Amino acid sequence: MRHLTRLTALSLLLAGSGALAQAKQVIGVSIPSADHGWTAGVVYHANQAKAMLEKMYPNVQIIVKTAKDSNEQANQIQDLLTVNKIGALVILPQESAPLTRPVAALKAKGVFVTVVDRGLTDPKAQDAYVAGDNTAFGRVAGEYFVKQFGTSGANVVVLRGIPTVIDNQRVDAFKAAVAKSPKIKILDAKFGNWNRDDAFKVMQDYLTRFPKIDAVWASDDDMAVGVLKALEQAKRTDVKLVLGGAGMKEAIKKVMDKDKLMPADVTYPPSMIADAIRLTVESRVKGTPMKATTLIPSVLVTPANAKNYYFPDSPF
Amino acid sequence: MSQPDPRAAGTTAVPARPPRPVLTRVASLGPLLGLIALMVAATLLNPDFLTVANLSNVLTRAAFSGIIAVGMTFVIISGGIDLSVGSMAALIAGSMILIMNALSVHLGPGLLTIALGMLAALAIGALAGLFHGTVITRGRIEPFIVTLGTLGIFRAVLTYLAQGGAISLDSGVGDRYGPVYYGSLLGVPVPILVFTAVALAGGVILNRTRYGRYVQAIGSSEQVARYAAINVTGIKILTYVLLGVCVGLATILYVPRLGSATPSTGLLWELEAIAAVIIGGTALRGGSGRIWGTVVGAVLLVTIENVLNLTNIISVYLNAAVTGFVIIGVAFFQRGRR
Repeated sequence: MRHLTRLTALSLLLAGSGALAQAKQVIGVSIPSADHGWTAGVVYHANQAKAMLEKMYPNVQIIVKTAKDSNEQANQIQDLLTVNKIGALVILPQESAPLTRPVAALKAKGVFVTVVDRGLTDPKAQDAYVAGDNTAFGRVAGEYFVKQFGTSGANVVVLRGIPTVIDNQRVDAFKAAVAKSPKIKILDAKFGNWNRDDAFKVMQDYLTRFPKIDAVWASDDDMAVGVLKALEQAKRTDVKLVLGGAGMKEAIKKVMDKDKLMPADVTYPPSMIADAIRLTVESRVKGTPMKATTLIPSVLVTPANAKNYYFPDSPF
Repeated sequence: MSQPDPRAAGTTAVPARPPRPVLTRVASLGPLLGLIALMVAATLLNPDFLTVANLSNVLTRAAFSGIIAVGMTFVIISGGIDLSVGSMAALIAGSMILIMNALSVHLGPGLLTIALGMLAALAIGALAGLFHGTVITRGRIEPFIVTLGTLGIFRAVLTYLAQGGAISLDSGVGDRYGPVYYGSLLGVPVPILVFTAVALAGGVILNRTRYGRYVQAIGSSEQVARYAAINVTGIKILTYVLLGVCVGLATILYVPRLGSATPSTGLLWELEAIAAVIIGGTALRGGSGRIWGTVVGAVLLVTIENVLNLTNIISVYLNAAVTGFVIIGVAFFQRGRR
């Protein structure tokens, strides 16, 4: 990497003073504020990426801004252009529809736009798209269930997130994958809102309702925390597996420690923001084109690979 | 609101209030009848509803918003409102966990640490209530505005403390503290006992003490209460402090459940508490109310959620709609009293 830095610096010097004025690349990063475990991870990884990339490319300045809602975010990207004169924008939109026009306006003014995670309603408003793979998130989890219970059979309960397109994609993919084994039966799927408290309540009621549950797809690590507490309280020993998801550090730690109930996890990493920033900066500095769509795969985390996904300093 | 005609009152003795017809009396039992109807329906849909384990789950869950709602009843009867209780609970939970974690380093994960943590929770709640009450009365700002402001402030401070992630209780302390939520006395879970005690105390304070009468007097007419030489400012501040203590108490029961506080802790608890108070028959404009109604309201709200989880007949997307219909329905049957 140091070679690259030198090379960049050298090429810039050779390009002469005229080019130097343009050489300072300002890149704006606009993300939701840390109001939930996953977005807290996004903020953490964005700042990590900023520190690393600014060190790697001295001519790059990265400005990270967080917004609590779509409206604030729309104002913010406006300011990034007029005040900070950004040449590229990496944005994780709070919501797709309301931010499509503001982002399109920035692109029209010549800003290179990378959209992360939540797609805009009009893909023409972006130059590049980096996202987690929600379908794979559900599919990988479903395949794991088939591998564990495909022959022995299992009664499974599902906790869904918040009613959104993302959640539908995940749950549909999970159901499709699980359907490959007729012995696995999904008893019910209710919303736990990606929230520990709600998951606790829903799980309590599942336990009241179903005398025998073999496995739980909690579909989120925060919800898995609530599920585990409900199991503990009810002293139920029939449940053999709780599969969360997203890659919360406590959950990854459990996988590393070969926990009996949570032997695996499926990633939907908040670090995708770091990947998006890195790809954008590299493409800007080197002038190479960026792929129109980059999917960050959802990976099954097992004790074998868990240490690659463990970030003990992250708040998530 | 039918005001007696002043001219008529001057000439003949007009009955101040007609005797309450039977229908009105039945209507005042609206929330209780609603709850019973819901329980019957629930049992028909799923016989497991009436198991001891399920009922104790329901009541334990109702304890959090119920305890807060008892405090809220006083605030609403006095003509105020507090929108911040959910955020306040989250902030108290977070601060309490941080305090206990810090103390356990020096004092060990023993009872002293837990007791000090509980005291801190009550103190923070009381201070927050004192702040609300003082700004509302002395600063003469609408309670809606003040608590709308602190709703944002409290949650933001918690999010800052947690860096957006979770604040988790030290596992040693968690093990010792667990029984406060998971334990039971004579077969009754601790949160239900505390909820019962708070409700009884609330009922006594509201109906059997001078303070309770003052709260109701201020709610029906603050001006008249002032003429009657009631210390309106002091009484009002005290209602917010009481509510703050209730929030602290609810949080003390809540923390051992999951042993953590996150930015989504206590989200929308303010609406649950206010809904419980209103379903229970307390007038939103203040003046009159009752604690038993609030308790029934809190249990009713949790029961709806429980029933929806125990059955499969309604699309999961419509859960909130069912809750909405029940709230409006119960209010409808009480409308004669307002």
